Amino acid sequence: MNKITSIFLGISFGFVLTKSEVISWFRIQKMFRFEEPYMYLIIGTAVIVGIISIQILKKVKLKSLSKENLDFSGKELNKGTIIGGTIFGIGWAITGACPGPIFAQIGTGEYVAFATLIGAMSGSLLYNILRNKLPQ
Amino acid sequence: MEIFENLDWLIYGILIGLFVPIILLLGNKQFGISSAMQNVCSVIIPKTKKLFSKEELNENSWKLYFVIGIVVGGILATSFFDEGINIFLPQKYYSIEGIITLFLGGLLVGFGTRYANGCTSGHSITGLSMLKLSSLLATISFFVGGLIYTFIF
Repeated sequence: MNKITSIFLGISFGFVLTKSEVISWFRIQKMFRFEEPYMYLIIGTAVIVGIISIQILKKVKLKSLSKENLDFSGKELNKGTIIGGTIFGIGWAITGACPGPIFAQIGTGEYVAFATLIGAMSGSLLYNILRNKLPQ
Repeated sequence: MEIFENLDWLIYGILIGLFVPIILLLGNKQFGISSAMQNVCSVIIPKTKKLFSKEELNENSWKLYFVIGIVVGGILATSFFDEGINIFLPQKYYSIEGIITLFLGGLLVGFGTRYANGCTSGHSITGLSMLKLSSLLATISFFVGGLIYTFIF
């Protein structure tokens, strides 16, 4: 995917994330405390739209812009899926941000989110250093 | 019910979900953001480049531009299309203690998403859209982690 397309898609995504407030620590807290259905409704709707889109793409056998067959492979299941997933969930509740929203929070002027970004960069580095020693 | 009076969640949910087919069609890429951290890290601190898999860095190079776009999207949404108060993080995080807390939380986000091979966008949106068991288990784990922190700590 070329740079212009990637930046344009990123701008659209960041705009939607911010406007929908899914990047808000307060919304994430209300989700984990079951105080409002908002986040569940957004994620649920997104998944339903995603499932329908994928089923349509499979049926019509559309190719990508680069004329390749579409990649529906998904991700492998291993121990990291569960252990890493739980570790991420704790971080999500603390920071109110998953990886995409960290960048959007910075854009909105919540500059303290740079601390989250540096933490996340360090975390990805730490994982790559320890990779071979972790149960997979 | 309140949720049916204001249908913003429906519009936003649809828009977010559409990124899955759009990114597949435009780039034949599976939409996900957590792996971009590796690219960001290797660009900001070039010395770390050799610690990451070259293959992964190449595969995800487009995400570097995508996340730059997300920052711009955040700026646009709050500066030019501003409708109210834009507070996304509590004031308590603007302190030394808060910065350390966010750094440590970020560390868990970065480490956890790489170990799980995906985050909310990669597993919960894209992976679930493709009906993958790994992504369902990952999503459940994300919530288990979040609930553990919320109700135990």
